[in-house]
Amino acid sequence: MTTTVERPEPLTPEPAGRPDAHGPGAHGPGDAAPEHVHHEGPSGIVNWLTSTDHKVIGKSYMITSLVLFFLAGVMALVIRAQLMEPNSSVVSYQTYNELFTMHGSLMLYLFAGPFAFGGLANYIVPLQIGAPDMAFPRLNALSYWLYLGGSITMLSGFLVAGGAASFGWVAYAPLSNATNSPGAGADLWLMALALTGFSAIFTGVNLVATIFYLRAPGMTMFRMPIFTWNMLVTAILILIAFPVLFAAVVMLFCDRHFGTHIFSVQGGGSPILWQQLFWFFGHPEVYILALPYFGMVTEVFPVFSRKPLFGYRGMVFATMSIAALSTGVWAHHMFTTGVVLLPFFSLLSYLIAVPTGIKFFNWIGTMWRGQIAFAVPMLFSIGFLFAFLMGGVTGVLLASPPIDFMTHDTYFVVAHFHQVLVGTAVFAAFAGFYYWYPKMFGRMLRESWGKLHFWSLFVGFWVCYTPQYLLGLHGMPRRIATYAPDTGWTTLNVVSTIGAFIMGASFLFFFVNLVVSWARPVPAGSNPWDGHTLEWFTSSPPPHHNYTHLPPIRSERPTWDYNHPEHRTVITHRAPAVPPDQPKELTGAPS
Amino acid sequence: MPASVVAVNASSTGSPDPSRRRIRRTGAPSPVPPGPAGAPSGVPVGVGPHRPSRRLLTALLVAAPLVLAACNQPSYGASRGSTTQAQDTFKLWSAMVTIGIVIGGIVAVLILWSVFRYRRRSDEMPKQFHENVPIEILYTVVPVIIVGFLFAFTVLTENNVDATVAAGATVTSTGNPVVDITVTAFQWGWRFDYPGLNVGVAGTTTHGPDNHGPQMVVPAGQTVQITLVSNDVVHGFYVRDFNFSRYAQPGVTNVFDLNVIHTGTYDGQCTQFCGLYHSDMLFSVRAVTPAGFEQWASSEVAAGNTLQAAGAGAGSSASNTPPPNTRQYHSNAAPAPSTKPKALA
Repeated sequence: MTTTVERPEPLTPEPAGRPDAHGPGAHGPGDAAPEHVHHEGPSGIVNWLTSTDHKVIGKSYMITSLVLFFLAGVMALVIRAQLMEPNSSVVSYQTYNELFTMHGSLMLYLFAGPFAFGGLANYIVPLQIGAPDMAFPRLNALSYWLYLGGSITMLSGFLVAGGAASFGWVAYAPLSNATNSPGAGADLWLMALALTGFSAIFTGVNLVATIFYLRAPGMTMFRMPIFTWNMLVTAILILIAFPVLFAAVVMLFCDRHFGTHIFSVQGGGSPILWQQLFWFFGHPEVYILALPYFGMVTEVFPVFSRKPLFGYRGMVFATMSIAALSTGVWAHHMFTTGVVLLPFFSLLSYLIAVPTGIKFFNWIGTMWRGQIAFAVPMLFSIGFLFAFLMGGVTGVLLASPPIDFMTHDTYFVVAHFHQVLVGTAVFAAFAGFYYWYPKMFGRMLRESWGKLHFWSLFVGFWVCYTPQYLLGLHGMPRRIATYAPDTGWTTLNVVSTIGAFIMGASFLFFFVNLVVSWARPVPAGSNPWDGHTLEWFTSSPPPHHNYTHLPPIRSERPTWDYNHPEHRTVITHRAPAVPPDQPKELTGAPS
Repeated sequence: MPASVVAVNASSTGSPDPSRRRIRRTGAPSPVPPGPAGAPSGVPVGVGPHRPSRRLLTALLVAAPLVLAACNQPSYGASRGSTTQAQDTFKLWSAMVTIGIVIGGIVAVLILWSVFRYRRRSDEMPKQFHENVPIEILYTVVPVIIVGFLFAFTVLTENNVDATVAAGATVTSTGNPVVDITVTAFQWGWRFDYPGLNVGVAGTTTHGPDNHGPQMVVPAGQTVQITLVSNDVVHGFYVRDFNFSRYAQPGVTNVFDLNVIHTGTYDGQCTQFCGLYHSDMLFSVRAVTPAGFEQWASSEVAAGNTLQAAGAGAGSSASNTPPPNTRQYHSNAAPAPSTKPKALA
């Protein structure tokens, strides 16, 4: 291990940003960084096109994925507008089917994953472990360009004859075969999955290599920030899941064009094989989308509670257990197929509740007896807790096959997974975005607009999805373009649509915030939140190779230890690394 | 509503729980107020000569779902079930939602408490504790126990819901007659074949206000064994009041039993997205008295709705012939020509 090699103490005498400083006035040693920048290279658009800097690529990922997120959000609003009244004809059946397919595909394949592992992780992980860049910078650039190309490929489906893919984001065979889904839209969709799948695999390889090999001296595995831990586990899950998706996509493409019969009964194939392969990817994918966001809020809770994370090791093991279990629960998406071993997949699905519960209690334990500041990242994190709690409890219900039989493919399931995914990929994503924005751009976002953004999103979220649970229980199937007035579903659909438009409006506040904060910048300083982890030690934005010097890394929060020597984290079970003259440990029960 | 759909239409009233009314009307036992008094004698509810203690409270908390299971369970918006299988599922549903509300409520209160109680009021540095191993072990072990309990409850219910009489049996072990129905889902409609009665009913769905799809008629109080198949894409057979859905898939034959308790009409719909007109793929189930069922079957035969007329062959899953679509909706869909009808036993 690297623990015996030490870097010198920072050269700059003044400590990094002080706790109470929000915005201007907070300075760290890294603020002097510009003079250390030796990077000579192109600037402007040429820089963007040729850059292999993880920070530039990370920002490109984030901007691209946010644009796709807003496109998918607009599609969701059209869907909700269509469902607001019975026998509605805002869009045609065909358009509706294309819209929900592309809404799901954009959100899941092109936003939620890439924003986390291509965007924030790309930017933050090297900083958190004190690395100058990702392990394979050119591979990183290739990942981004594959992702951008794949995204454009998928969207271009709208331009071809026959329209975009319209078989749902799960593309069940044989609906997705050449007979039932002719046209180039479906092929473009498959191509896009292949391209973005490789992008994800490359990023996964890059993250694993970076985290294993580029940690700064002193940064042992159990001193890594939880966000980095979660990205490591996510990257391993990517390497497990995405190759299976790619294989399935290739097989489907062969069925469509080269006369194979892998998924068709007529040729002796098996349509159910598609579901098995897809969900073997699809369920780990759910955690590929969730774990990074768990990591983001796990960074936010300690900082805004001014306490270390409660149960650090429990958190790491919980993440690992979730990942391990997630590879054995795929068939809970297939309970109603009648061909899977129900008790096995049910039990494993139930068991995921245990590590998830551990995470919940650790987050609560982190806030417990803290000094909680309700800055915007913290608000979004607390919003995430409530959203994910509701999504989690309904998820436990769905782990039971009989309850799945009664709710499968109804709006109950739609409400469940939207609460899970909006809880993670929207609430937690914005927690991470507001939290790290000052680091990425060197300026603060406005708190007031941020709070407006949060509260409108939070209200809209509950108004939109709560009625959908009831709609499902009242028998409304998912993916229907319209319904008859005598079904009695109208009122709840109206409420849900109103909620969706409130959520839509909340993003206007976000845009205003971006514009206002950009037009009249408030400098952030290196450490506006009194952060714990290494990235708050360098300047905002960081210099080309991130660090000119590092603080000693003696715990999972080196910047905090450096700024608050009297409150530093010293953990006795890491005794070999702690010199004998250090203060005694501060562990203890919350008495 | 179209005139042909008679009786109670489960999801058409707009009332949050229409099935509840129907069950009461037909003489279900009146609800017993929740509480220890309503519990059957075998259920331990923790009341006795003991002084109230934390242990008692815990016992009450654990027993609460069991007590509720024995009383009038809250529906939480779901159907109370119109088949015996659906009622088993409903009991599980109601108990699990109650447990979920209790546990979720505890977690929500803990979050709210820590958020409001520990909001920043001063610059004082909080104590920097970072673990408490006994508590961490507690909140690992307790969920495992809860999950084990839920899983056991699930498996018991699942065994009831999935139990089927032996294929080909004409009566159940208790002597109840069995009616076999082969349900074929296709783009976009349903066919209901009654091989034992030589009746076949098929209907495609149409877009428009009159669409209500074909109707499957079953005898109430008897066991109906459904053989569910599809010859084109994956469909979902779902009836809200049966608390049940199952995929109809090419290459897979699914068999399940339904015991509809009361007469009435129950709306069903395809739940698995199956292409352009998925939204219109409705059907309904009408449960009639056994005598009425006999009468209906003979009138259907007399009207020429026999297996041959409906284009049988659906019963054998080995047949890969798509059903005859009486209406072509989508120029892209290419259904194979219908084959000669095969006689079924």
